[in-house]
Order: sequence, then structure tokens, then C-alpha cells
Amino acid sequence: MRGEQDYWKANLKLVAKLLTIWFIVSFGFGIILVDQLNQIPFFGFKLGFWWAQQGSIYVFIGLIFYYVRKMKQIDRAFDVSDDEDE
Amino acid sequence: MDAQNLTYLFVFLSFSLYIGIAIWSKAGSTSEFYVASGGVHPIANGMATAADWMSAASFISMAGIIAFMGYDGTVYLMGWTGGYVILALLLAPYLRKFGQFTVPDFFGSRYYSTGARVVAVICLIVISFTYVAGQMRGVGIVFSQFLNIPIFWGVVVGMSIVFMYAVLGGMKGITYTQVAQYCVLIFAYLVPAIFISLMITGIPIPQVGLGAEVNDGSGLSVLQKLDNTLIELGFSAYTEGVKSKIDVFAITMALMIGTAGLPHVIVRFFTVPKVSDARKSAGYALLFIALLYTTAPAVGAFARLNFVETIHNTSYTQVAGWFKSWENIGLIGWKDKNQDGKIQYHPGAPFEGKPSFADDRRPDGSREVTNTPTESRNEVYVDRDIMVLANPEIAALPAWVIALVAAGGLAAALSTAAGLLLVISTSVSHDLMKKTLAKGLTDRQELFFARLAAAVAILIAGYLGIDPPGFVAQVVAFAFGLAAASLFPAILLGIFDRRMNKEGAISGMACGLIFCFSYIVFFKFISPEMNSANHWWFGISPEGIGTLGALLNLAIAMTVSRLTAAPPPNVVALVDEIRIPKGAMTPSNSH
Repeated sequence: MRGEQDYWKANLKLVAKLLTIWFIVSFGFGIILVDQLNQIPFFGFKLGFWWAQQGSIYVFIGLIFYYVRKMKQIDRAFDVSDDEDE
Repeated sequence: MDAQNLTYLFVFLSFSLYIGIAIWSKAGSTSEFYVASGGVHPIANGMATAADWMSAASFISMAGIIAFMGYDGTVYLMGWTGGYVILALLLAPYLRKFGQFTVPDFFGSRYYSTGARVVAVICLIVISFTYVAGQMRGVGIVFSQFLNIPIFWGVVVGMSIVFMYAVLGGMKGITYTQVAQYCVLIFAYLVPAIFISLMITGIPIPQVGLGAEVNDGSGLSVLQKLDNTLIELGFSAYTEGVKSKIDVFAITMALMIGTAGLPHVIVRFFTVPKVSDARKSAGYALLFIALLYTTAPAVGAFARLNFVETIHNTSYTQVAGWFKSWENIGLIGWKDKNQDGKIQYHPGAPFEGKPSFADDRRPDGSREVTNTPTESRNEVYVDRDIMVLANPEIAALPAWVIALVAAGGLAAALSTAAGLLLVISTSVSHDLMKKTLAKGLTDRQELFFARLAAAVAILIAGYLGIDPPGFVAQVVAFAFGLAAASLFPAILLGIFDRRMNKEGAISGMACGLIFCFSYIVFFKFISPEMNSANHWWFGISPEGIGTLGALLNLAIAMTVSRLTAAPPPNVVALVDEIRIPKGAMTPSNSH
């Protein structure tokens, strides 16, 4: 069915976007670029260390809740939502 | 009341609460026993998932490991939280839509074979028992240190409690006790952290206190002071690691995808009513987990600072009581190498192996360590597991805080043990009995087997806790490596690749599994002397090998599936079906 294919594409696009951010904040800032970022002070932390032990986790939470909200809109737009009662 | 009586009181109160919930939520059908009838609210499920996930390792060990590893502790912090992003975005909603009871159910249907189901059951049982052993050890430590009860009886009490609510209540009982256990454990973790943050920096929020100035007038921040102190003693800086970048990368990735592939975590998402609830509940789970995980680095840093300042260059007769009480149960050992009567703390092992003690004490009252000393100047052996438990004593906090931490540690260990025992028992009663060996079971008979399997699993877990095999710590790498290299890629491909067939999935799982298994066994058991960066492939340690195993699994599964027959049309239809949230059913045993 045409609609379902488009729905799946929209879903994959959103997931790809969010996983890119997931990768950048954790593996990018927290590991690969940690030495460069550590030159920058950030509220008493070295910035790279902060991303590794604090910042990345906050972003993870944000990513999931953004995904929840965005998927709800996509579900409704393609009429595949499971929330008929809302 | 003193700390010990308060601990008895807190443990008694919290255990009564768990038993009360167990009686209230007795399961009457397999659907209630396996997935709480799919009727759990997403926030409650988020709390239950958080308690399920945060084990004795998270509560008792993690901050201690971070305290001694500094930046390298990042692998656990990011690895054990980032996995929830993968779980929420790539697995949980689709598995909920699939709407069955167990993780092997998915393998059996999606890969249309009993073989795939049985492989999944084997992975699940190995992973889960590995984990359970660690939980029971945690229960044993808490009982022996805080209540002076022998480890044997401590484990027996713990087992009886889990027996009550897991065997009677099944998933329904476990879910609501886990909600209670989450509240107990998070409160018990945050209270001492807030106290210590206030004492060291004057700021009540540990996450902020970690970056704040120490209020000793030095003008240095906590992390600067820690870096300076450690460098002075000959350690590397706290905020810089010693592991290679590629190894940190690989371990973090293996823990993330391993987390997403752990059966006892995945199955929690089968318990919510709808697909959108599965997404939400992953978000809440991570939020509740992050409360502890963002506090842990602060606890670790404060603990290390307090630890160094209290013991270094202090004479044994003057040292604080906690040092002696942990020495009494053998988790601290002191060898006065330079015979000055003072404790010196430096890098390196103080002596070979774990401490063994002579029967007689030295004149100053310390226990005589009989191990062969090493060349290093370090005189102190300390088990990392004690840091969180000893923290309130190290910081001289009131007795009720110490009691609270003991109750919290038990909550963390019991909640995880119960979740693991449930997936073990359901995979035996449902996947091995009902779906493979004895297909004609009625619902009542299946429920009986589920309870029987739970009871047997608890006995085995208890045995592992009382008499832990010496390699418990090493086999933790197995659990994540196996989950990352076997279960995760097969589930992922089952959802996102319509062309994936059983030949591809099974050969991928087998190769990933055998590869990781051989690599870990070789470096941990056959040639431990070669277990160092110059012998590892691409510099990746056995802890991080799950990442390579997962890649290997994906590559082989893709190749083999394209060379063999496409999956049957009804399986392709199933894949299309789980991709659409609409029409999620509550699982029942009728179909």
C-alpha cells in the first residue's frame, strides 16, 4: 500500500536524523573529540569530560521524548495511530 | 538507634512492602504471569524498567568503578544509557506491536523455525544466569556487612522474598514491586549523594557539585583538586583516561547494543497497552535511570577524593572505623611495606592477588596480609564494590543514611534478579515446553511449569550467590558480548530488512556468537597473560568485542540471506504488520 510505504520512509528519515545526533554527542563529543573539547572549560568541568559523563545522557533523554512526539504526529498524518480515543 | 538496628528496620519495612504487593497482585493466567496482561501504565513501566535494569552492579559497583577509572568510567555511563535510544527508536515499538509473550517468540515467528527459537532461548538463559549470579553476590555483601548475617542466610532471605513475588505474582507482581523498589533505590542513592555534595562543595545538586569549587578555600574545582591529588600520588589525571580511544569506543558501543538486546529489558515493553506507550515508556525508563546515572559520576569523584584524604599517610591506629570494618570482612587489606605504621596509597597492586590474612593480628590491631608484596609503593588493597556502601561512613553521615543505602542496595539487586528469573522461567515454560517439547499444554499446566521453572531458577541463582564461581566478574563481558553479537542484530534485521530469512539470521547469530565466545574465552581463560592491548585485534579488549561480533553478524546475515530463498509471504506480511502501530493486540494464549 502506497501510504504505508511513505509512512515507513518518514519514520526511517526521523530515526536516521535522531541517531546521527545520538552518535555525535556520545561517540563524537564524548570519545573522538574529547581531547580537543577538554581544552574548553565548562562550569568547572572540562567540556569533553562533561559530554562524556553528563551531557550525552541528557541529550539521550531529549532524543527519545522528541521521537515520541514526532512519531505521534507522523502516525496521525498517515492514519496509522493507535490512539483512537485521544 | 544505631546503624545496625536501623538497617534491620529499613530492610524489614521494605521487604514487608514487597511481600504485600506480591499478595495483592497474584497472577491468575499465563497472560498475567508473562506480560501483566499488557495493561501497565507507561510511567509505571518506565519505573519498573529502571529498577529491572539498574542492578547491584549499577547501584553498588558502578560509582566505585568510576571512582577508580575516572574518565574511562564513561564507557559504563554512556554505554548503559545510550542503549535506550536504540531500544526506543529501533526495537521497542515494533516488538510491542508483534505482541507476544517472550523474546524467543519473535525469533520463532519471524524466522519461521524452532531452531531460531531454541538458539534465542539458549542465548537468553546464558545471559540471564550470568547476571543473576552478580545480583545474589550483591545481596550477600549487603547482608554480611550491614547486618552481620552470614552470606548464606543473607542469600536465603533474599531468595525467599524473590520467590514470594516472582513465583506467585509473575510479571504482574514483579512490575509493581519493581515500581516500589525503584522508589526505594533512587531515594537511597540520592540522599547520601546530596549530603556529600553539600559537605564538599556547598551545592545540593550532585550533578552541579561535581563541577563546583571545593569549599576548603583552595579555589580549585572538585575535578581539578582530584586531578592534582592523584597526579601527586603518581596516578594519571582523573579526567583523562588510560584506555585507548578505539577500545573506549568499542566497549561503549558493545554495552549500548548489548543493553538493547537484553531479554529482560526488552520483555518489559511487552507489558504496556499500546505501541505509542512502548515508545513513551522507553523515554520514562531512561529518565528514571538517568537520575542515578548522572549522579554516579559525582558520587565516584567525591568518594575518591574522600577516600584519598582519609587514608593516605594516616596511621592505622588513627584511621576511621569504616576502614577497619571493611578490613574485617576482607574487602580492604593493608600491608605496611615501609613499617612506618601509616597507610600509604599509590598506584599499582600492593601485593599479588586478593588478600589472604594470617590468624593473628599485628600489634596495632591490623590484619596481617600474607600475600607476596609487589615492588610498588602502594600499601592498600581496596575492593571497588565497597565505595558506594562505604561512602556514607567515609563521609561520616548519620546512621539512618547508612541504613537507607543498605535497603537501596537490596532493592536494586532483588528487582533485577526477579526480572531475570522471570525471563528464564517464561522461556522454559513457554518456549521450550509449550512451543517445542509439549505443544498440547493447557494454560493452567503452562502456568504451573512457569512457576516450577521460576522456583528452580531461584535455587540455582541462590547457589551461585552463596558459592560464586571465581569468574563472575569476567563473565559479565559475556552477557553483553552475547546480547550484542547474537540477539540484537537478528531482532534489528527482523524488523528493518524484509528480505531477511532464517538462513541469514541463524548463520549470522551463530557466527557472531562463536566469534565473541572464542575471543573472550581465549583472552580470559586460555591465555590470560596475553590479555593486553598489543595482542588484541584492532586494540579492542574482550569487553568491547561485542561490537565486532555484531558487525560480523550483520555482514554474514545480509550475505547469506541474499544467496538463499526469500522468506515466505506470510512472514513478509508479518514484518509489514509490525511496522504499523495501529491495531496492537493484548497478547493472549489463544492464537
